[in-house]
Amino acid sequence: MKLRPILITALVLLLFTVLGTALVAFTYNNTRSVIEANARANLLQNLNTLVPADHYDNDLLNDSLEVTDPNLLGTDAPVTIYRARREGRPAAIILAPVAPDGYSGDIKLLVAINADGTLAGVRVTAHRETPGLGDGIEAARSDWILKFTGRSLADPDEKHWAVKKDGGVYDQFTGATITPRAVVKAVKKALIYFKHNRQTLFADAQPPAAEAPAP
Amino acid sequence: MTEPTYASITRDGLWTNNPGLVQLLGLCPLLATSNNLINGLGLGLATALALTASNVCVSLIRNVVRPEIRIPVFVLVIAAIVTVIELGMNAYLHELYAVLGIFIPLIVTNCNLIGRAEAFASKHSPGRALVDGLMMGLGFTLVLVALGGLREVVGQGTLFAQAHMMFGEAARGWTLHLVDNYRGFLLAILPPGAFIGLGLIIAVKNVIDARLQRRAQHSVVAEPVAAAG
Repeated sequence: MKLRPILITALVLLLFTVLGTALVAFTYNNTRSVIEANARANLLQNLNTLVPADHYDNDLLNDSLEVTDPNLLGTDAPVTIYRARREGRPAAIILAPVAPDGYSGDIKLLVAINADGTLAGVRVTAHRETPGLGDGIEAARSDWILKFTGRSLADPDEKHWAVKKDGGVYDQFTGATITPRAVVKAVKKALIYFKHNRQTLFADAQPPAAEAPAP
Repeated sequence: MTEPTYASITRDGLWTNNPGLVQLLGLCPLLATSNNLINGLGLGLATALALTASNVCVSLIRNVVRPEIRIPVFVLVIAAIVTVIELGMNAYLHELYAVLGIFIPLIVTNCNLIGRAEAFASKHSPGRALVDGLMMGLGFTLVLVALGGLREVVGQGTLFAQAHMMFGEAARGWTLHLVDNYRGFLLAILPPGAFIGLGLIIAVKNVIDARLQRRAQHSVVAEPVAAAG
């Protein structure tokens, strides 16, 4: 085989590589801002189902911090916490802990806790539980997850923060106990985390623009 | 090379050489996402779009690309097209993307695309490649919808569940509950149900084909007799 055809072939391949890359890069550049805006709008919409927009007045998405607590939040990775404030005072936090002991892997949650320690709501954002058995934890499939709203570490007390099978107050599903048990445990741990860190969570960085003078 | 007629391309894609039932290509996404009708329809349409676009592109460049490097170039074309579709959907059809998002990157790995690029589009005109892409995509969609519908009916006793994810809030009431208080048949929803369901559908297709063939033979045999009589 002569050198010339080889070179031409290589050049054609190079040409297509450049063309393909250029096409993808061009599309990426032109869609990036829209995609980011979509993702933020989506996130804000999810957060607002837990903490309604009229319960806070700060820029929720930009008032966040990242914390790491593998023991209480279920993951080694940093967990983002969004802080809702009203007139500069803490209103609620929304955090995304993980229930690591689901039936088939991690169950990702969104837990919203009011400043007074009651739950504003819980949602499952990602899971791989058995369809038809464990997926009742999705708000779209059953109202099980809504039962957390209004609960706190005092209601029910520590011993009853469990599924009924374990002597607690929360229903399990027919044929699926592991999934609800994992979610109940993760929500309880998130509440404990909030109790331990309540002061620091709202104390640091990004203070409200007009801090009220101390009395 | 003689160009096939549009009619025969259509028949090939939808029945004779159906990608899901005869070529058995793209089984990974086919089996993984067909646990209800709407998911099946979503992946099917996205695949049909990508397949049609890649077929046309491959056909347009078929005389420029040397045979030695055609496979890498096809892969490049397919990957670029699918990525562009994914980004475009994420930006401008965000609702639909929220449902189909996970399926779209899977299309790159769908052997249908490289298979049609190599077997058809690289040898035929863009017009025929377009029809081939459309029909193969449609054939694949039909199998996905049939399998998804079958698994949904047997597994959950419903049809069109979660239609609102694809067609908007108005479709929320589309869900048909075929059996009251159906307890569900988990096997159909889990992966084994996909294999069993696909096997059944292929069996039905083979039975129909065998009947058609027998009838064709009968009529061939019958004709001279009729003429003699």
